[in-house]
Amino acid sequence: MELFRLTIHELNQLYREKKASPVEVARQVLSRMEKLDPEIHAYLTVTADSALKEAREAEERFFRGESRGLLDGIPVGLKDIFLTRGVKTTCGSRILENFIPPFDSTVVAKLREQGAVFSGKLNMDEFAMGSSTENSGFGPTRNPWDRERVPGGSSGGSAAAVAADECVAALGTDTGGSIRQPASLCGVVGMKPTYGRVSRFGVIAFASSLDQVGPLAKDVEDAAIMLQAVAGHDPRDSTSIPQPVPDYRRALRAGVKGLRIGLAKEYFPAGLDPEVDGAVQNSVRTLEKLGARPVSISLPHTDYAVACYYIIAPAEASSNLARYDGVKYGFRSPQGKDLIDTYFQTRTAGFGHEVKRRIMIGTYTLSSGYYDAYYRKAQAVRTLIRRDFENAFKECDLILTPTSPTPAFKLGEKTTDPLEMYLSDIFTIPVNLAGLPGLSLPGGASRTGLPIGVHLIGPPLGEERIFSAASALESEIKWSRKIPGLE
Amino acid sequence: MKNGSRISKEEVLHIARLARLSPSPEEIDKLTQEMDSILGFFERLKEVDTAGIEPTAHAVELTWPFREDEARPSIPVDEALANAPEKGKGMFKVKKVIE
Repeated sequence: MELFRLTIHELNQLYREKKASPVEVARQVLSRMEKLDPEIHAYLTVTADSALKEAREAEERFFRGESRGLLDGIPVGLKDIFLTRGVKTTCGSRILENFIPPFDSTVVAKLREQGAVFSGKLNMDEFAMGSSTENSGFGPTRNPWDRERVPGGSSGGSAAAVAADECVAALGTDTGGSIRQPASLCGVVGMKPTYGRVSRFGVIAFASSLDQVGPLAKDVEDAAIMLQAVAGHDPRDSTSIPQPVPDYRRALRAGVKGLRIGLAKEYFPAGLDPEVDGAVQNSVRTLEKLGARPVSISLPHTDYAVACYYIIAPAEASSNLARYDGVKYGFRSPQGKDLIDTYFQTRTAGFGHEVKRRIMIGTYTLSSGYYDAYYRKAQAVRTLIRRDFENAFKECDLILTPTSPTPAFKLGEKTTDPLEMYLSDIFTIPVNLAGLPGLSLPGGASRTGLPIGVHLIGPPLGEERIFSAASALESEIKWSRKIPGLE
Repeated sequence: MKNGSRISKEEVLHIARLARLSPSPEEIDKLTQEMDSILGFFERLKEVDTAGIEPTAHAVELTWPFREDEARPSIPVDEALANAPEKGKGMFKVKKVIE
């Protein structure tokens, strides 16, 4: 039986009925990885030995009737941005090539307590800066649907691994679309929760006011299970929300009757890929058939979101990445003549070009004389973008948009022009600026067989409503996870 | 504004020094050109009237709770130093700071 293809909830049922064992599943997932990953390169580090040990422990728990719940014995992959005690964590950067964290991030500790089996650490754009995983310091990941194309980014390894069944589910992070855009390009479900819903403790920082942790999964139910497992207040993250976590799986069956689905004209610009537009329109019709009501809304500042984001995120990054100086951990250049020179040599040799450029942009916009014109201006525009959503949610319950303006693009296609790459996240970035939850799920395929994601945006802490609509949509949309040519 | 007039090579060098980066001459050329085009893209924000609009630093309203100031265990010195490129006598070791 091809157990590696199954979801968390399917495997859990088999475990409980003693029809499959966590060790068998771990072995299958590891051998799947061995077979496919030389070409796909979703993994930076594979933890096969500890995974098998964790699977054996889970198996014993099931045997004794002491299961820890839905994630017990489930192989989960982690974006290489999450600190894992004793397991190398690079953040996709040469500057952290040999960094072995002395503690677990909160989300990893939570998954561990619930019995998850960790398959390994997944590839990403360096410091999560990118939309294609081509900025990884360790080589790009390829899209399982077409190996000439990118998986999206920055959580491209996470999305590709889930799509290719090289793990059952994964965690990623999303600062401007880094979970939802790769989920869209790889045909999986990806969710960015409300800012503060999930702890960022032990998650390597890119832009602290925008970063949020979330799941990439094979279906909506698995995404709900994963979010349930990691959400909640953490005293070690002062930005985490103290509100209790609702039962997300219960929301899956709530349906969409009476829900007002907002369609913002700004998200359907002239020249939008007709197949992407088609997938969204099809989702609108489906939701309408299920009892939801489409309403026209406007988010008038949408056009300014990408510029706003590319001021705020690099500014925060330039500050967060100041810590990489070759003193306490990570790479240190042996060339330095003195302490200051060591900083220069270490950072110049350790960071890749995209990261350096963003540090430069951030340093520039924060520097004296430019602060008001750029950073303060962008923060004010951020307020207006937030208000756009507040006003829109007076007229609708959820907003439906495309996730990405196009299906997966080719490797190298957008690497020469940074602005073109930045525009890959045009529909996801406003959601981070406003701190809202958003989910991408497969909405169909292009004529050439590439996945196309559709994007549901909710009000703050509107995760349940998103899951209700996503689950309803998923059950109606014709979509097969099976990737042709990937047996 | 036309290309090439928003940021000069000298400014790029100055910013690189602030950011503790020493790009090669080729990298400086590339950065100057890329930053110029990105700064050009930022120009569109000038169209937005933000008079009287409060800046947003965090999208979610935050209250900053205080915790009790009590001693708690932290990671042992050898673990904290385990990743250090150079260490000695229970400390991080660096190159000479002053002559």
